[in-house]
Amino acid sequence: MTSMPLYAQLINLCAAVILLLAFAMLAQRRVVQLVDLFALQGFMLFLATLVMAFKTGQHHLFYSAGLTLVLKVILLPWILHRLVRQLHIKGEVEPLINIPTTMLIGLVLVVIAFNVAMPISQLSSTIARGTLGIALAVVMLAFLMMITRRKAITQVVGFLAMENGLFLAATSATYGMPMVVELGIALDVLVGMIILGVFFFQIRDQFDSLDIHHMEQLKER
Amino acid sequence: MPSLLAIDLLLIAACLWATIGLAGLAAPRNTFFVARVLFPLGALAGLLVGATGFVALGGAAQTAELLIGLPDLPFHLRLDNLAAVFVILLGIVSAGISIYAAGYFRVGEGTAPGVLGLEYHLFLASMLMVLLADDAYAFMVSWEVMALSSFFLVTTNHRHDEIRRAGYIYLLVAHVGAIAILLSFGVMTGGAGDYTFAGMRAQDLSPFWGSVAFLLALFGFGAKAGLLPVHVWLPEAHPAAPSPVSALMSGVMLKTAIYGLLRVSLDLVGTTLWWWGVVALAAGLLTALFGVFYATVQSDMKRLLAYSSIENIGLLAVGIGLTLIFHSYRMEALAALALTAVLFHCLAHAGFKSLLFLCTGSVLHATKQRSLGKLGGLIGPMPWVAWLALAGVIAGAGLPPLSGFVSEWLLLQAFLFSPGLPHSWLNMIVPVAAAAVALTAAMAGFALVKFYGIIFLGQMREPNLKDAHDACPLEKLGLVWLAGLTLLLGVLPGTMIMKLDAATRQLLGKGLADRVAEQGWWLLAPISPERASYAPVLFLITIAATLLFGRWIVRTLYHGRVRHSPAWDCGYHFQGPRAQDTAEGFSQPIRRIFGPMFRMQRHFPSIRDRAPIYTVKVEDHFWYWLYLPIARLAGGISALIARVQGGRIAVYLMYSFVTLILLLLVARP
Repeated sequence: MTSMPLYAQLINLCAAVILLLAFAMLAQRRVVQLVDLFALQGFMLFLATLVMAFKTGQHHLFYSAGLTLVLKVILLPWILHRLVRQLHIKGEVEPLINIPTTMLIGLVLVVIAFNVAMPISQLSSTIARGTLGIALAVVMLAFLMMITRRKAITQVVGFLAMENGLFLAATSATYGMPMVVELGIALDVLVGMIILGVFFFQIRDQFDSLDIHHMEQLKER
Repeated sequence: MPSLLAIDLLLIAACLWATIGLAGLAAPRNTFFVARVLFPLGALAGLLVGATGFVALGGAAQTAELLIGLPDLPFHLRLDNLAAVFVILLGIVSAGISIYAAGYFRVGEGTAPGVLGLEYHLFLASMLMVLLADDAYAFMVSWEVMALSSFFLVTTNHRHDEIRRAGYIYLLVAHVGAIAILLSFGVMTGGAGDYTFAGMRAQDLSPFWGSVAFLLALFGFGAKAGLLPVHVWLPEAHPAAPSPVSALMSGVMLKTAIYGLLRVSLDLVGTTLWWWGVVALAAGLLTALFGVFYATVQSDMKRLLAYSSIENIGLLAVGIGLTLIFHSYRMEALAALALTAVLFHCLAHAGFKSLLFLCTGSVLHATKQRSLGKLGGLIGPMPWVAWLALAGVIAGAGLPPLSGFVSEWLLLQAFLFSPGLPHSWLNMIVPVAAAAVALTAAMAGFALVKFYGIIFLGQMREPNLKDAHDACPLEKLGLVWLAGLTLLLGVLPGTMIMKLDAATRQLLGKGLADRVAEQGWWLLAPISPERASYAPVLFLITIAATLLFGRWIVRTLYHGRVRHSPAWDCGYHFQGPRAQDTAEGFSQPIRRIFGPMFRMQRHFPSIRDRAPIYTVKVEDHFWYWLYLPIARLAGGISALIARVQGGRIAVYLMYSFVTLILLLLVARP
């Protein structure tokens, strides 16, 4: 792999860091640091998109990179930090499954993701096709985080991280989605975040806690 | 200027009914306006429908297209001779019921009268549209309107738990049946996608798919008619509904199901296989026997009549089965005889069963009692109702000279020719069926004697029955109308059979008109006068003469003194009304002899009991054999599926996650 050009190496590096951050989020117990990690992941995503935009010279990739920077590195982490402060979430995040087991499951998921993504990335002709497996792994790890955490706010972070993975998959496989779609998704994420923020307050008022196991009675009968 | 066709008149009548119904919404709480103004108008529309059907019967088929419905799929309508027979039935019988209902509905609980009037008239209009429909779409839409409007009519007094339950069961069975009918239509299109009835006639189905279509139709229409084992809604819904509604459902609505079965099996599906007839015959026979046995042991008067309706539907199915058997062997003359019996019995049953249900309505209003154990001796305070009910009972018991006898006699005549069938197995089995039909007829007599004897004869079982009042004039008019219909059909069957000839000729190519015409109006001999003939007028005259003569002998020749004493006390004047034979006691021999047919719970008091209470509860085996297992199965499966909803978000997320991973692994290129 010595002949791999510099930009490809850079993109792979960013992707690797994103995956590493996904694992870090999976292992992180404290909410504030989790949000920081999420911001960092967004930043790496921004870098990867930027490199790809410089290499391919596609205009809309610059816009997506800018959008990523504004939304995922600045705006969303800021909203999340504010929420954490206002809701006085201090305690650590208690996972349903302990951290080492989660990490092991995460490893298995990464293997599956790479295995699944291999044939797809061979069909693709983009410069960053090698990162497709990583993107899929990030989606799965974020999903795993949503499953294993108890606090509603960490689930939202997981949800947002999943969107990061999808974004990475889209850029790596097809140089990103059409601008309209991307803008739509960005708006959805933002609006979703605001609505969820409102919900947090409602949930806390109702149950005096953000622990989702209080909502287990919300079923038929 | 194009002349007004019969089918146009019928459409106008349907619109009239709908308009009358909607007019009731203008003053939904005004009982006087709805009952005394709108219902008689509905009866007039019914007369128009009946008369139009009478004129159209025997003429050429008329078609029409309504530009309502889906785009590119208008309602096709057609009035042919088979439909015309049932149009007559609907019009004439509903006229009597509507005029009765005008006197029956009064201020009370439950649905507001205006809403009730809307449901009632929509029910009538939808039944008319079912009869006129000439494509599956129009048929199913009308069929569903009919099911829903009758559901709301059944649940008029929806504040009672058991009435809501009855309505629920009715709706459930109606929809299971409707699905089967829809599937049957789907099979009959043969995949051509043409849902008009003309398109279905043009399809040449293979024997397998033809059989599938027939069996689905038998099940679907059987669910509406009350064939075993989908009869359970009938004994629940009829007692729950107000009496005019029960009369309409039992008298008319069940016949639309018979119409549908005839339409599918003789008209749409094409070639007939002999074993279809055997299936219909067997189902009908079981239903008839089941219905009549359960009718004999009931102690609720409307439930008794409901089971008797099941029995009559069974007889109709037997007739249809016999028609199909003869038809499949190209013995069209005999098929025509059996079909005439079916059509005639439809008319006869519509008349006498509506009459009986309306009589129970009058009794219910006068006494607030449905239980036979608290009635008795009502012929004193309610002579009109009692004497008119007698007409219904005689017809229902299949006794000459009224209508029920004619159709049962025709049916048995058809049976007597079954040894001529070119199938060794069939011509041995079918006569056995004839014996079972005869047993059914006898038991029906038993059940109706019980019905009449316990309600109207003997002594009053409760002291307050003395205050019972007779039916009001409008009610009497409705009862007299239906009783007159029963008498007319019974005394002049030849005239009606000549009219029915057009319908059998359309379906089978043969009819009874020629032979009936040979004999003159007073003698009925469907095959030949040497084999069997029946002169109803002669019967009527003989019976009347015998009765009058007997009365004259007793009055003038014997001693002429008239002494009044309590009825049925056998000269033993210590017996009070409590010592009379009860409804339970009267049917005890039947319960004993045919014990295994019933699911009985009895409680016998001990001889030292100071306040002895004897109870017997007869239930339907089918609940325990068929319905409860199905309900338990459905409940079990639902409980298993409900576990999926555990309430934990983590688990819900896990479902998506596992699905995602599985899909990724499975769909790997």
